[in-house]
Amino acid sequence: MIEAHNLTKRYGETTAVNDLSFSVKPGIVTGFLGPNGSGKSTTMRLILGLDAPTSGDVTVNGKHYAEHSAPLHEVGALLEARSVHTGRSAYNHLLALAQTQGIPRSRVGELIELVGLESVAKKRAGQFSLGMGQRLGIAAALLGDPETVMLDEPVNGLDPDGIRWIRDLMKSLAAEGRTVFLSSHLMSEMALTADHLIVIGRGRLIADVSVDEFIRRHSRNIVLVRSPQAAELAELVASNDVRVEAVEPGLIEIEGLTAEQIGDEAAARGFVLHQLTAQQASLEEAFMSLTRDEVEYHATTTNDELKKEEALAA
Amino acid sequence: MNPANALPSVTPLPLRVPRIHTGRVTQMRVARSEWTKLRSIRSTRYTLLAGVGLTIVFAVVPALINASRWATMSAQDKAGFHALETSLIGVNFAQLALGVLGVLVISGEYSTGMIRSTFSAVPKRLPVLWAKAGVFGAVTLALTIPAMLIAFFSAQAILKGHMRNGHDISLSISDPGVARAVMGGALYLTIAGLFGLGLGAILRNTAAGISAFAGVLFVLPPLMNVLPTTWNDAVSPYLPSKAGQAILQIGSPAHTLGQWTGLALFAGYAAAALAIAAILLKRRDV
Repeated sequence: MIEAHNLTKRYGETTAVNDLSFSVKPGIVTGFLGPNGSGKSTTMRLILGLDAPTSGDVTVNGKHYAEHSAPLHEVGALLEARSVHTGRSAYNHLLALAQTQGIPRSRVGELIELVGLESVAKKRAGQFSLGMGQRLGIAAALLGDPETVMLDEPVNGLDPDGIRWIRDLMKSLAAEGRTVFLSSHLMSEMALTADHLIVIGRGRLIADVSVDEFIRRHSRNIVLVRSPQAAELAELVASNDVRVEAVEPGLIEIEGLTAEQIGDEAAARGFVLHQLTAQQASLEEAFMSLTRDEVEYHATTTNDELKKEEALAA
Repeated sequence: MNPANALPSVTPLPLRVPRIHTGRVTQMRVARSEWTKLRSIRSTRYTLLAGVGLTIVFAVVPALINASRWATMSAQDKAGFHALETSLIGVNFAQLALGVLGVLVISGEYSTGMIRSTFSAVPKRLPVLWAKAGVFGAVTLALTIPAMLIAFFSAQAILKGHMRNGHDISLSISDPGVARAVMGGALYLTIAGLFGLGLGAILRNTAAGISAFAGVLFVLPPLMNVLPTTWNDAVSPYLPSKAGQAILQIGSPAHTLGQWTGLALFAGYAAAALAIAAILLKRRDV
């Protein structure tokens, strides 16, 4: 259980996280979604106490992370930025972390096996590929048998098998009753893994909804119709609930009716149909338009701030 | 293809994370973790070895040169020769190696990002600094004591039998002040390493930490020569390296602090650096 109350983090003039309140519940996979630079990683650092909030508060299982006596048993985290000494072997990296709280040595071997790094466990982590580094980070996150698992962009650099494995692993961890908090900038990834979504843009909360609800709310059902009598058909079906848009002569987009309804309607009037295609606007598009609004709103209101950020980033 | 870069074959991985009972973070456990960290980096082992090697090499080589040329040396050169100084000269070289290592013990974690893992495991942070200081200090002392003893005894063995005014020029460990100087050399090196650790923790950057360490220990003392002599004599004894190296002296040379007073002051500088580091460590974002 992670609870954030009015969490705000400023770096100089830049506000990375802005009055963010949310809670992440156990037993489900919660996706933390936002475009790159929207404050996801900062929020995760605030949860771990690596950065102190400018104002507001965030607790894990009722306490600040630093107040827990066995922190790795409370939260296992994979941060986006690499957090491994390049000169140390994967085995020794995990061993050193384990030893801080009396986690037995046998656990290290168990996890190396779990993430499939047996063959390279004695090699220096600096030689690891991105995908191997991710696996090592995931092993470190699971080391303390954590109640809460928090992973920042975990599928980065993983091959398709690895991605599928991570998805299944996250689901099974949630099924065991753990809190699973997973960030991504890809809606499609979240739709496959998460049960609940926390969407942020520019450090602000945009949505806190279940994935089903998000999909229902944001995916539009559009039917593409090609017909010599497209104009007549458009006139016939258009109503308050049905939106019709002419794409080109003889081709219209109808939103609000199913393909079957349109086909029946056309048949009843004896209209000729050359094409009748049901299309679903992708979740990615819905997510993009949702966060784009937020970005644009801020870009127009705080143009100076944005310029400063760009200057900082450059 | 480099086998290290090949992804391990993807066998169907287990999905259940076995449950375990974990303990709590204690200072001792963090120290054990820091010991694992220290011994598992190759460059650390080399630098420690270099520190130890330099103390010995720079005792043996000058002793060999002086011993071989003793018969032909002028009376003035003979009069100016110090058997103790010769065998402790390596301290000057070793302090650089150990100071750099002290900086690296913490700055290496910042440059690689390891510090995020470290402070996620020990979010109270200070136990990490104390553990690093304790483990690195203990390891340095455990290595420099034998190194200093080997340096001293080998140099004296080489010098033995060479006479000046009817006396053997070599010293015995039981001569007045000698044991203190030899053991003091090990203490000096350990404190120098901890001073480096403190600077590394304050500056969080390898290059900056090493520069600061070398600046304070090597650049500052000769810089004092631009001051009027009376000022120089008044200030210089209190500089970290000058104060600390008082322990290597026998007797009481002019413009030098007492042996233990000087070493205590040097330790004070190192402690101050670590204290500032501790305050900053608690307050700064990682």
